Amino acid sequence: MPKLNSATDLEKFRQRILTHRDPNKVSVAICSGTGCHAYGSEKVAEAFVDEIERNGLRGKVDIRRTGCHGFCERGTIVVIFPEEICYLRVKPEDVPEIISTTLVEKKLVDRLLYEDGNGQKIVHEGEIPFYKHQNRIVFGNNRLIDPKSLDDYIALGGYSALAKALFRMTPEQVLEEVKEANLRGRGGGGFPAGIKWETTRNAPGEIKYVIVNADEGDPGAYMDRSLLEGNPHSVLEGLLIGAYAIGSHQGFVYVRQEYPLAVENLDIALGQAREYGLLDKNILGSGFDFDVMVHRGAGAFVSGESSALMTAIEGRVGEPRPKYIRSAVSGIWERPSNLNNVETWATVPLIINKGVDWFRGIGTEGSKGTKIFSLVGKVNNTGLVEVPMGMTLREVIFDIGGGIPKGKKFKAVQTGGPSGGCVPESFLDLPIDFDELAKAGSMMGSGGMIVMDEDTCMVDLARYFLNFLAEESCGKCVPGREGIYQMLKILNRICEGKGKEGDIELLEEISEVVRDASLCALGGTAPNPVLSTIRYFRDEYEAHIKEKRCPAGVCKALISYYINPEKCQACLICLRDCPVNAITGGKNLVHAIDQDKCIKCGTCLEVCPTRFDAVVKLSGVAVPEPVAEGTEVVRKRGGKK
Amino acid sequence: MADAETKSIDKASIEMIEKAASDGGDKSALIQILLTIQSENHWLSKDALMWVSEKLSIPLTQIYHISTFYKAFSLVPKGRHSVSVCLGTACHVRGAPRLLDKVTDALKVKPGGTTRDMRFTLNTVNCLGCCALGPVMVVDGQYYSKPSTKEIEQIATACK
Repeated sequence: MPKLNSATDLEKFRQRILTHRDPNKVSVAICSGTGCHAYGSEKVAEAFVDEIERNGLRGKVDIRRTGCHGFCERGTIVVIFPEEICYLRVKPEDVPEIISTTLVEKKLVDRLLYEDGNGQKIVHEGEIPFYKHQNRIVFGNNRLIDPKSLDDYIALGGYSALAKALFRMTPEQVLEEVKEANLRGRGGGGFPAGIKWETTRNAPGEIKYVIVNADEGDPGAYMDRSLLEGNPHSVLEGLLIGAYAIGSHQGFVYVRQEYPLAVENLDIALGQAREYGLLDKNILGSGFDFDVMVHRGAGAFVSGESSALMTAIEGRVGEPRPKYIRSAVSGIWERPSNLNNVETWATVPLIINKGVDWFRGIGTEGSKGTKIFSLVGKVNNTGLVEVPMGMTLREVIFDIGGGIPKGKKFKAVQTGGPSGGCVPESFLDLPIDFDELAKAGSMMGSGGMIVMDEDTCMVDLARYFLNFLAEESCGKCVPGREGIYQMLKILNRICEGKGKEGDIELLEEISEVVRDASLCALGGTAPNPVLSTIRYFRDEYEAHIKEKRCPAGVCKALISYYINPEKCQACLICLRDCPVNAITGGKNLVHAIDQDKCIKCGTCLEVCPTRFDAVVKLSGVAVPEPVAEGTEVVRKRGGKK
Repeated sequence: MADAETKSIDKASIEMIEKAASDGGDKSALIQILLTIQSENHWLSKDALMWVSEKLSIPLTQIYHISTFYKAFSLVPKGRHSVSVCLGTACHVRGAPRLLDKVTDALKVKPGGTTRDMRFTLNTVNCLGCCALGPVMVVDGQYYSKPSTKEIEQIATACK
């Protein structure tokens, strides 16, 4: 592959690819992101390869293992082009039928199609409600690209933004575009990228660095991973444009080591880019040099913080430092370093190609463009969604997410990861916007959106986040190290039923210090989960402390399992399944739980047949005395109540 | 260092270290080197760390600082089979702590520990990014969604 030495070379190459591709040729896209991979997508892909061979269709049908499509609840996802027929939950054993029915007979396999609430089947990916309400300008290409193929990316217009920047714009003009577009950082901070770029560009020093932060440590957030795995070139193109604007010739991608597929696809993409002349010396014959080094993280949440990450790249322990001097001025090896999130970089080529007005036309006054969220937790349609800023939380959770499973009631949605807060039902019509979310006591964060229902205990949730932060705290500053730990101790006590009057006020007091005096944003935002849950769910805290009651029935020390002797039908199932043999009774004899032996595992509640419904969880009330041993069950006529 | 002292380090890591040392002793590659040693050998032996220290002229204390700061590294040998339970927020909300209890009981090892017979090392992780499958258990790279106690026991028995 001879190097592309000019913008014209790139265009000619693109045209050559397109002329060799028949848009009407049948092609099968199999989602092969990590999520679908866990569902067994590789076996599905192999089944397609085998069946296509067996049916003599080799050469007539293309197979493409793509990146994540986003509808993770329904993996493995298969889309057949050009019709865009979307099959969900595909298993290897479904493949022969798909080939014979759809590819050969041109008919549909109904049972694999999406079915809406009215029993109506939907055929095309774009019409499925989950996708219909989204605006997938950054993420959408994942379904069309084999991440290991640079040709696929170029065929879709890839690197045309880079060519435009290098040959038809000056670095200053590129910088102005990004500034005017008001692209705010998608990693959590929401800081205007253009201003950060400008600071780096203007900082003294010849050598400058640009960095992709792919450390994505927020539990429950995996947007960056799917973007890097599925469309690495989109990130690389953005990085190149940024490097050109800033005047940097060396880039770094810091990827957490827990993302092996992202590392692998990134390495392949970099190798291909170098081969094609899109990286390294004299890119596209423009005279601009730039190369990228990949640095794997080693399992530390705090190292995703900007200054900590740069320290880790230097090979030292990734602890944050005080930011009297911003890292844009003094970063890696004290040189000006511009760090941005994966999604931020991937948005840059779009702004350059489509212009500021187009970008500013999407979103709200203060938050332009789209944002990718990982919609997870107690929601029907778990997956990755990309929506315009300004869409309400209600629309995301209910229209796209399909609401809460099992008919349960929505309780809260948590955004911003361990640095964020919970937003209750009264705020469901809040537009998604950096500033609006902050006003409500939460924050945009990197994009994790965790939905909770009536069975989630908000005190336990605050405790969960503080436990996470206590473990991940680097230990350097006292507010972070001691403050978070003390808050955790108090929350542990409350969840164990040992809460005291004054605990809530004490938590609020410590929060203030931790928030104001911590060295970095880990400590600075650590109080958010606690403060936001106290703000909106104070009654739950008070129930735990004053009544020793957990309203959601979660905190083990505050709940008891009890078998209602009037409903028990002595089926022996719970008796046999109890892991600690805490249930007495027998055939025809009422079952009873020995509270002293019970480890609150919940198995009895799980296995009691729904038609009997005899096991309940009690909290805040005394467990009734067990019936006398040998009591016979009350048989229900006809087995029904 | 004599060959006998490098027997606890794999070839790939030795090559990586020699390259870094010959590249002018690039100390910034330290974390990457340790990651390779960890993934090839499943732990960082004292021999390995002393050898890295000597070859790259980095004080041993600094190397221990890094080895103990990052979760990816283990200073004790790990079991033959790696079991991870995700405790990320989405999995937590879907009952991950109970899954962890089940796994702990079945394997008879606490999170972070290795069984006496070196069969299993149990770890908790903070998000695998497949939240739709939550709660999730991973055994040697194989993902299991919402496994029951019986399934966990079957999987454990199959690992020798």
